[in-house]
Amino acid sequence: MSSLDPFVLARIQFAANISFHILFPTITIALGWILFFFKVRFHQTKDENWLKLFFFWTKIFALCFALGVVSGVTMSFQFGTNWPGFMESVGNIAGPLLAYEVLTAFFLEASFLAIMLFGFKLVKPWVHTLATFLVAAGTSLSAFWILVLNSWMHTPQGFEMIDGQAHAVSWFDIIFNPSMPYRLSHMLLASGLTAAFFIAGISAFQALKGRKSPLIALGSRTGLCIAAVLIPLQILMGDLHGLNTLEHQPAKVAAMEANWETQGNVPLVLFAIPDEQARTNHYAIEVPNVASLILTHSADGELPGLNDFKGEHPPVAPVFFAFRIMVGMGMLMLLVSWIGAWHVLRKKPLPRPLLWVLVPMTFSGWVATIAGWYVTEIGRQPWLVYGVLKVEDAVADHSAAIMASTLTGYLAVYGFLLIAFVSTLFYMADNIDAKPLEASQR
Amino acid sequence: MILTDPAVWLPITFMGLMGLSMLIYAILDGYDLGVGILLLGADEHQKDIMIGSIGPFWDANETWLVLGVGLLLVAFPAAHGIILTNLYLPVTVMIFGLIMRGVAFDFRAKARVQHKIAWNKAFFAGSIIASVSQGYMLGSYILGFPHSLTGTAFSLLVGCCVAAGYTLIGACWLIMKTTDELQKKAVFWAKTALWITSLGIVLVSITTPFVSPRIFTKWFSFPHVLMLLPIPLFTGMMILSLELLLRRLPKADDSLNWLPFSIVIGIFILCFHGLAYSFFPYIVPNKLTIFEAASAPESLLIILYGAIVVLPILIGYTILIYRIFRGKATALSYGSWH
Repeated sequence: MSSLDPFVLARIQFAANISFHILFPTITIALGWILFFFKVRFHQTKDENWLKLFFFWTKIFALCFALGVVSGVTMSFQFGTNWPGFMESVGNIAGPLLAYEVLTAFFLEASFLAIMLFGFKLVKPWVHTLATFLVAAGTSLSAFWILVLNSWMHTPQGFEMIDGQAHAVSWFDIIFNPSMPYRLSHMLLASGLTAAFFIAGISAFQALKGRKSPLIALGSRTGLCIAAVLIPLQILMGDLHGLNTLEHQPAKVAAMEANWETQGNVPLVLFAIPDEQARTNHYAIEVPNVASLILTHSADGELPGLNDFKGEHPPVAPVFFAFRIMVGMGMLMLLVSWIGAWHVLRKKPLPRPLLWVLVPMTFSGWVATIAGWYVTEIGRQPWLVYGVLKVEDAVADHSAAIMASTLTGYLAVYGFLLIAFVSTLFYMADNIDAKPLEASQR
Repeated sequence: MILTDPAVWLPITFMGLMGLSMLIYAILDGYDLGVGILLLGADEHQKDIMIGSIGPFWDANETWLVLGVGLLLVAFPAAHGIILTNLYLPVTVMIFGLIMRGVAFDFRAKARVQHKIAWNKAFFAGSIIASVSQGYMLGSYILGFPHSLTGTAFSLLVGCCVAAGYTLIGACWLIMKTTDELQKKAVFWAKTALWITSLGIVLVSITTPFVSPRIFTKWFSFPHVLMLLPIPLFTGMMILSLELLLRRLPKADDSLNWLPFSIVIGIFILCFHGLAYSFFPYIVPNKLTIFEAASAPESLLIILYGAIVVLPILIGYTILIYRIFRGKATALSYGSWH
């Protein structure tokens, strides 16, 4: 396979699109609920700072939302332009799930976002709060449907194949497929952590820049407390999700652990360079029996090895490293958020070193989320729908030249937008003390 | 054909739903794309008002495109694959356009003041790119995806016509939503765009039957020609009455400011019917009918149940949003507390 193979280019293109896209829903899913919380706190306390905080973060929400929408529209077209085999084979299942996402979520969030952003003076206070609630509900509903479909692609059930096409037999089984509850919870918690560190990081940046707004302390308190509560839940949920994956996609877990032979007493590989040719790990640093302990809850438990799935298992190194990045980021989040929450609970201002740590942690949720998705999506290879449809059978027949040029275009646009987003974000954060009139004109 | 057979009435129903989404999309996103194109001729303050006039709506408007394409995807997966792989490049170009204007809308209000002008330009460029490429796709679809120079030329022509049509409806939206100098400008824009749009409609109507023998037969054979006749007749009447109306606008008391927009919606509906009439029952021209391309009935039914429940609610709150943000537009600001 040469590097200019249209198939490889199509995969890189989709990976680029979906990686760029997920950055923004990951923020908005939870930020929507946090905004609702700010609004409710304003109603409860009548403290205007909650309202100001609401409007400051609403603007950032709107920016993230727009970026999520445009990259989402891109993907809805790419299913057809690049992966026609996907819908031709499993369209009877994927179609209704996507249709429900559009019908129940997209219109809801897009419409009520207008009231949330621009309607504060035009509607009664409770209508505005209701609109905020509906926007949050819409983003979560959207996440629900898309996670249902994605989970079904990992653990498909409730269908039968007739002439190469999947036909639905039980919609209940399709929607409540075995990995859906774990994957959905894992993603919603990931979104909560991303938004929490996002807020805490931006607030830390503002504090370091010497901005005086009372919103800053309010923001960092909210962010750190949410993170401190969610991170242990997320670690627990990640563990449960891993056990679920072991049951349904053992090859993926074998790649995550870089475990080559099916055996008991499997060590936890902290670091290694997995070598698929020699089918072994180089430079491995291991803790004896811990992988068995985590995954089977018994120190000598037997775990599946990659050699049982020769030619049918995912590429080992990307899955192995992405998993370690995700877990490492989770541990860092635990440490930082608990230290931060400890200061908050003692009603002490955050020490400057902690602020310095929090600023780069603004995007820690992005890193962990992307790494996590790479684990699960690369871990499903070579399958697109596990055991049903291979990725290579779904790709469209475009020339390498066309794929390469559109890919270049997408990468340039996404790179530019990412820079624009981050710089605008910090520009807005920096100007929190400015009179809102000029900054809020649109 | 037996209409009680699910394999017959389900594809027809979904064809109708998809067509309705596309039509609503062309009208709704049409006016906000048109306003984007018209930014070129406005000064900086007017740009704020123009974008303010579409601010609360553009996002939901664009969602109709996602629904339309989504219905194509879910109801006619085989056709979705053929159409979108054939339209790969124009779709990609359109997406770049939609990305550009979607993000420009938000960045222009939040970025440094000196960057605002550049984001306004991106908003204009994105709008015109998206409009022309949508028209290009329509042209290419009418011809059945040819790979020839004439085909490309025709598609480009349709692309310009669609952009003109969007500009027309955008200008009429502004007549309704603005006042004073900007409103006068909008009337002028509408007059100009009406000419180009009419020319476009005539050109496409003449060209279409000659590039497609099937459509020729469908249009000019007796008695079909009698059924078709009202469409060009009414379209012509509407264009004429719009021209006469625009000469008298804006009125001193600002009455009838809503009428041009309504007439253009009428023109859009008629053009859409002309197209739908020409192509039914084909979903991929001359290759695939809606009955051959349809998904399994059990999948279409589950979507239909959902659509029957959700669509009335959806249309209800869409009307609610338009009611809340009715009246003349101002430069939008986030609901502020002072």
